[in-house]
Amino acid sequence: MELTKEEESALAGKHGETLALAYRVLVAIGEATGADKLIPVEWAHLSGVNYNTIGDAGEKFLSHLSEDAKFKIKTTVNPMGFDSDSVSKFELDEEFIKKQQSIRQSYEKMGAIPSFSCIPYEIFELPKKGTQVSFAESNAAIYANSISTLKTNKESAFSALASALTGKSIYSDLRDDESRKPNLTIRMKTKQKDELAYGLLGYFAGKKAGSSVSISGVKELDRRSCKSLCAGMGTSGSCGMFTFGEEEKGEKIDFDDKEMKNVKDELNTAESGDVITLGSPQLGLEEISDLTTKLKGRSFRKRCMIFCPRAIQGQVRNLGYDKELSRAGAEVLYDCCICLTPLIDKENVDSVITNSVKGAYYLRTSNGVDVNLKNLDQIIQEETK
Amino acid sequence: MNVKIIVRGKAKGTVLCAENPVNFLGGIDKTTGRIRDEHHDLFDKFVGDKILVFPKGIGSSVGAYTIYSLKYNKCAPLAMVCLNADITTASGCAISNIPLVVAQKKDYESLKDGQEITVDAIEGKIL
Repeated sequence: MELTKEEESALAGKHGETLALAYRVLVAIGEATGADKLIPVEWAHLSGVNYNTIGDAGEKFLSHLSEDAKFKIKTTVNPMGFDSDSVSKFELDEEFIKKQQSIRQSYEKMGAIPSFSCIPYEIFELPKKGTQVSFAESNAAIYANSISTLKTNKESAFSALASALTGKSIYSDLRDDESRKPNLTIRMKTKQKDELAYGLLGYFAGKKAGSSVSISGVKELDRRSCKSLCAGMGTSGSCGMFTFGEEEKGEKIDFDDKEMKNVKDELNTAESGDVITLGSPQLGLEEISDLTTKLKGRSFRKRCMIFCPRAIQGQVRNLGYDKELSRAGAEVLYDCCICLTPLIDKENVDSVITNSVKGAYYLRTSNGVDVNLKNLDQIIQEETK
Repeated sequence: MNVKIIVRGKAKGTVLCAENPVNFLGGIDKTTGRIRDEHHDLFDKFVGDKILVFPKGIGSSVGAYTIYSLKYNKCAPLAMVCLNADITTASGCAISNIPLVVAQKKDYESLKDGQEITVDAIEGKIL
């Protein structure tokens, strides 16, 4: 990879240890993806915020980094472990709360916008078409490339952090138009067409695809199904974007009822659950509005946790959605999400009901609880009265 | 065999071969190095002090922190050999100073579980 003189001297440590570390990461990912140069990026979205995901090692790393590091570009961050307003209602130990607050402070000290959201594409104004950004959250990277007309690789927590510190990333893979062309088409052929089917399709496609994939047989996708597709895809593989339609060239694979059942059987491990969770990815205002309508005159028989970004809290209140959801027996939690939440613990919960394929994967592998996967309409039909 | 260097360094150890890709965040316990994804072919095995040979990293971007945590908790692989180095694995190894190389398909396939090898990610060789 060709570096400018300035980049070479930063890599050699002439501008401090932090920048040297950031450039070491950029050079490693450049070598890994065959990049020939670095290019400017305008926005970094970081993962690695929830203490449950990064642990003591991550907390100490960020605390040390924040002693002198400053982000060079607009930097937003993923959800953390809890909502500070309601954390006292959960039995979280003091140590967790302390470490999480330290992580939060480190990011803010370096200049991050405290967004604590996995749906930056829904709550921030988007830059113009084709802008290079650096999104680490996998559902956000896929959504940005496929729907928001931005360009990003499927960044890692450290590669996006390196972008935030340097304002740069590598020119390769999905940043290069040539590499964005899919060489695989997945044909959507299931009878069921809802957010769960699209989440399972995403999970299936992510396992089969390289950097990008084409999806045929889809006419219109609402926001819920689209986010579910992106999140499912980001969970199972290394694929960072999709296009709609059928490629003339390349392999074609059918995603039919049989394939969908196989994927569902891998992720669905319970017939029912003790708690309902909605919001991986977090629900935006549009989905909250839709959910409120669906819940008119009904109330949950079980505990229901809904995860949202703080950015919509004002509108959720002003439009009366919070009152309506609370009446229906649901709790709205801001700044956090289902994935690796410390709020669901296998000591207290055996199984969780959700419509999120991504949530199902992490609840099972990380929280160690069983999962009952069903779509939102079925959840409302079966779990409310 | 000649390999492509992604993260420089040198390590000698026993090969632990995975057939499936690795999702570091959900798939490995960061405090013990145990593979905890029951669908993974290395389920219940420990990656610590091994030369981890696997096709590529998949899934969560936070997996890079898992690699760093494995190193911090002294249960990280000594080196990694991939068929395709992904951004999560490459950046995690770069921050954690874990040598990482990419081997060509036929060389990659010749690596066997339990074999003693030296990953020389300075000269670009596996001996």
